Amino acid sequence: MADKVLMKGNEAIAEAAIIAGCRHYFGYPITPQTEIAAYMAKRMPKIGGCFLQAESEVAAINMVYGVSSTGHRVMTSSSSPGISLKSEGLSYLAGADLPALVVNVQRGGPGLGGIQPSQSDYYQATKAGGHGDFRMLVLAPASVQEMADLTVKGFELADKYRMTSMILADGTMGQMMEPVSLQYDVKEMPEKKWATTGTNMEREHNIVNSLFLQPDELEKSNIERFERYKYIEENEAMYEEYMMDDAEICIAAFGIASRVAKNAIVEARKKGIKVGMIRPITLWPFPNKPFLKASEKAHTFISVELSMGQMIDDVKLATKCRGEYVLCNRVGGMIPSPEEVLLAIETANKNGGAK
Amino acid sequence: MVVFEKPHALTDVPMHYCPGCTHGIVHRLVAEVIDELGIEGKTIGIAPVGCSVMAYNYFNCDMIEASHGRAPAVATGVKRALPENVVFTYQGDGDLASIGMAETVHAAARNENITVIFINNAIYGMTGGQMAPTSLPGQITQTSPYGRDTNHCGFPVKICEMLSQVDGAEYLERVAVNNVKNVKNAKKAIKKAFENQINGKGFSLVEVISSCPTNWGLTPKKALEWIDEKMIPYYPLGVYKDRSAKEAE
Repeated sequence: MADKVLMKGNEAIAEAAIIAGCRHYFGYPITPQTEIAAYMAKRMPKIGGCFLQAESEVAAINMVYGVSSTGHRVMTSSSSPGISLKSEGLSYLAGADLPALVVNVQRGGPGLGGIQPSQSDYYQATKAGGHGDFRMLVLAPASVQEMADLTVKGFELADKYRMTSMILADGTMGQMMEPVSLQYDVKEMPEKKWATTGTNMEREHNIVNSLFLQPDELEKSNIERFERYKYIEENEAMYEEYMMDDAEICIAAFGIASRVAKNAIVEARKKGIKVGMIRPITLWPFPNKPFLKASEKAHTFISVELSMGQMIDDVKLATKCRGEYVLCNRVGGMIPSPEEVLLAIETANKNGGAK
Repeated sequence: MVVFEKPHALTDVPMHYCPGCTHGIVHRLVAEVIDELGIEGKTIGIAPVGCSVMAYNYFNCDMIEASHGRAPAVATGVKRALPENVVFTYQGDGDLASIGMAETVHAAARNENITVIFINNAIYGMTGGQMAPTSLPGQITQTSPYGRDTNHCGFPVKICEMLSQVDGAEYLERVAVNNVKNVKNAKKAIKKAFENQINGKGFSLVEVISSCPTNWGLTPKKALEWIDEKMIPYYPLGVYKDRSAKEAE
């Protein structure tokens, strides 16, 4: 595989963004995503792009808002505390129907938390990115290759649906190195007639705006946006199934947790336990269908998370609460070991779905 | 013979401003400058949050509505993506001097090549007359009902004086629009702030001392007098920085 290069996950995101046509990056230093900014600072000036270190995460996301208004591909990246600061901007991007790519290389929280990996921004990313009714496309890579792939995909989806794509990674994904292939056939950007690029005195002025003082108009804009979301829910869910054909125990895990879980599944299979995994690649839209299908055979769902149990709620909803649910988790920057996951599998197997 | 015309850069949308408010005058001055410089087709304006939040409906050029205080950051993004276009922000005192202070100072520090029109009327108008960062000592507002007590909530922020210490800023001038002479000067300053951008000189801010009769509790005429009596003594008019002129000396 001559076309493969060894890269950190953070660097893979940065290079993939450039390949996807992103020429504007704004960010504020925060661990553990700093390599993205460092990479952009080196590369952007060489290719006629713009890297700018903003005075804050708030400013960075608003610079993103400005570039996106002009129709160009643009991104910012941060880690958990910084994403909280960006949430105002995320809401405005949604309200103005502007595309953008935002990367969250998660660390432990709440507050200043720590700098070790975490998945505890799941709720924030999938349900509460900011004030108001809105969604973001949330993409959860589980390898350096996917860090790059989902970055390209994220830009394409953001433009297609005029909304924010968020890469929800974690400190491990950002820091680890793996071989990665960066061969992409990037789709052409859709025409952006709404962009504020100057009227050239040839058209009516365009307005990028999220203010609707008439309640009926605001209601209409929300309903129209949610019709788009409904279409996305039906068409854009991505997931990977692993040994699910005969699974009586189904593990739900994304990102780094799914890699740990895979090891545990291999061990459990050696012991004859029928266990498999559904790994959501899109956290929103959540892949409800495979989980519902799995619930026909599986008696127990084990959600392996680096949080106090956030995705497990979506697993319950997807399976209409008809199974038994177990949380296997570590938090604060700790990662569950394959042994811990194996123990959860063995216990679930012994209980056989009994409450 | 046409004696008086609406500038092309203004739309026909009726403005929502209160009687006696000077936003209309400043909008017109900005629009006249855009017309005179022939830049409407390549200008992108950024509206703030505050009374002039709906400025996007009043200017004929492309417009973006920013979140509260973030207009200079949004303008930075636009200008970096479209360096050949003309980008201006239009912001009030709460927007620019309170919640958006960081964005203001850092846009100036970077010498971001944008034009900033800063309306200082010493009050939050849109939300009904609360104390602004620029409210005068002793000024009675909804949130300083006994008068602004500087021991309790500090002193007004003087933006032009403050930014004059920022190396990056190109041009800073404070003007007023309470009489014909001042309006003429204000237009000159606004024009220069746009010309600076066209000539690549960088961050140019015009602070416009404005009136808010509704929330000051004064008649429009009295409000204009209050500018002379109270505002201008605290906020002296004039050029606070003009780097190119100084370098030419």
